[in-house]
Amino acid sequence: MTAPTTGTLGAPTTTAVRGGRRHRSRLRDLLGVVPFFVYVVIFLFVPTIVVVVGAFAGDDGRPTLDNISALADDYIVEAFVRSITLSAATAVLGAVLGAVIAYAVVTAGPDSLVRRLVTSACGVLAQFGGVTLAFAFIATIGFSGFVTVFLKDSLGIDIFSGGVWLFELPGLVLVYTYFQVPLMVIVFLPALDGIRPQWREATESLGGSTWYYWRRVAAPLLAPAFLGSTLLLFANAFSAYATAAALVSQGAPIVPLQIRSALTSEVLLGRENLGKAMALGMVLVVALVMWLYGLLQRRTARWLD
Amino acid sequence: MTSSGVRLSALRRKFGNVHALDGLDLDLAPGELVALLGPSGCGKTTALRILAGLEDADSGRIIVGDRDIANVPANKRGMGMVFQAYSLFPHLTAIENVEFGLRLRKQSSTVRRRRAQEMLDLVGIGAHAARFPQQLSGGQQQRVALARALAFEPSVLLLDEPLSALDAKVRVQLREEIRRIQLEVGTTTLFVTHDQEEALAIADRVGVMRAGQLEQIGSPEDIYRTPATPFVAEFVGLSNRLAGRVTGDVVEVLDTKLPLVGSVQDGPATALVRPESVDVTADPAGAGRVVAVSFLGPLARVTVALPDDTLVVAQLESARLPELPTGTAVRVVLRPVPVVVSAG
Repeated sequence: MTAPTTGTLGAPTTTAVRGGRRHRSRLRDLLGVVPFFVYVVIFLFVPTIVVVVGAFAGDDGRPTLDNISALADDYIVEAFVRSITLSAATAVLGAVLGAVIAYAVVTAGPDSLVRRLVTSACGVLAQFGGVTLAFAFIATIGFSGFVTVFLKDSLGIDIFSGGVWLFELPGLVLVYTYFQVPLMVIVFLPALDGIRPQWREATESLGGSTWYYWRRVAAPLLAPAFLGSTLLLFANAFSAYATAAALVSQGAPIVPLQIRSALTSEVLLGRENLGKAMALGMVLVVALVMWLYGLLQRRTARWLD
Repeated sequence: MTSSGVRLSALRRKFGNVHALDGLDLDLAPGELVALLGPSGCGKTTALRILAGLEDADSGRIIVGDRDIANVPANKRGMGMVFQAYSLFPHLTAIENVEFGLRLRKQSSTVRRRRAQEMLDLVGIGAHAARFPQQLSGGQQQRVALARALAFEPSVLLLDEPLSALDAKVRVQLREEIRRIQLEVGTTTLFVTHDQEEALAIADRVGVMRAGQLEQIGSPEDIYRTPATPFVAEFVGLSNRLAGRVTGDVVEVLDTKLPLVGSVQDGPATALVRPESVDVTADPAGAGRVVAVSFLGPLARVTVALPDDTLVVAQLESARLPELPTGTAVRVVLRPVPVVVSAG
């Protein structure tokens, strides 16, 4: 190689120095997020890899498809169907009720007391799951709940005459909806805030009625956010465990409880990897939901700031 | 295109204790562009929104053509409206936005598409028909909004400060475009703005509003040259407030007798004198002293301090600036054009 002999020798050196400084500066900027990345690696990536590897391994650690094949067993398929049904039902119920409440809140004005109260309450209630929520429902409409007793003693109505529905799928739908509605209010409010009054007025001045505005302007604009929020609610319900675990003591109607059984059962041993296969199934369902969510986000990105 | 005259008669509108409109009377001839000008809260936007049907008047009449439309809902009024900003439907492309009003009028898709493209071409944005509003600049968005408002051939076009969210250069370009298009399509137009330069540049007539009433309405030249009230004189253009004395139909200011607009009682008064009516010449014996100079391109403003500390602003050709640097002793002369005075 021939060494350069012209006066331009310094130019690339200067550029390289500048490039090095930029590189170092960028690395320094990234230092702040290192703890977050470490956290994600330890508590998301590593468990996911453990689940994936375990799903394809037998008790002896050798590769096998037995766990994946077992996912087709009736009781596991039924658990998935129930989990998906529960999540879809509570997502749709939560989305519709939450959207109506969010709209009512938006019409009350941005600085209104109603809005502040509702958003604060929703912030708390959306996280009010698990044992506390299950206990609240048991104390209210459980076998000896005060509402149950009142209805039975005062009005002669037995809400459990048809069965122990509170501790089965219908009960889970009711209890899950309790935290889905406030979550919907929180995630859907920004979309409603983004609807500008000028769009309604422009529709009117162009000759459109209120119904036309909702059909042609507001609904198409809100649909992606509504569907996206519904998917988020679905994922929220699908991955919920503690509330169902606290409420359901007999059987394992949904996948998270089946996984618990596989990991902790003292009757059937050596099913940990089946539990991992079910967890992998859940990961795939949530990944599908998030993919759909991403599609909706891409669609709206063209429209909105 | 059918263009209608408009008459707003004794319009009143109260918000709480505030009279947004206090008996407003305003006529627009067919095909005319009238600009409503005034400070914030003077009622100009309320007047426009009442005409559009987006607000209700407490009382008064709204005649368009020969029909009272006070009780007609906004979507039946057939008026095109351009808002300040952000009024395009973000999920529709530029051409779909323009087609919106035509779709409501049950036009076939072929007719809609052709008409919408014509309108986009008219506003100079035909090449961007397939873009979403977010992909357009502020000026381009307002062009699309204008095309959308005109596409269904409205009887009246309402422009609610359509240029206020744009930067200065685009604002000037677009206001000229609006005027060109308005003249081309001949639609009766009410243009609301708080920018006096915009109003004077674009309108056939300018109405200056104050506290819910029209203070003065007239051609831009009339409004500027012969303001009817001190408020109009001060709100439209710059004015020097110079102490003087009224005697009969003249006011004497800085030893110059200036004819009066209107009649005022004899006695001390403050004359409102335009900077272009003030001349300044370098004179070592002059009583004034240049304290500031502003270069405005072809023109310049020179501020002169008089011995009694009164400041007088003169507007001159900037070519004369070299002879008037800061600190120069000058003589101030007023041109004898009619002026408005306020008491005291």
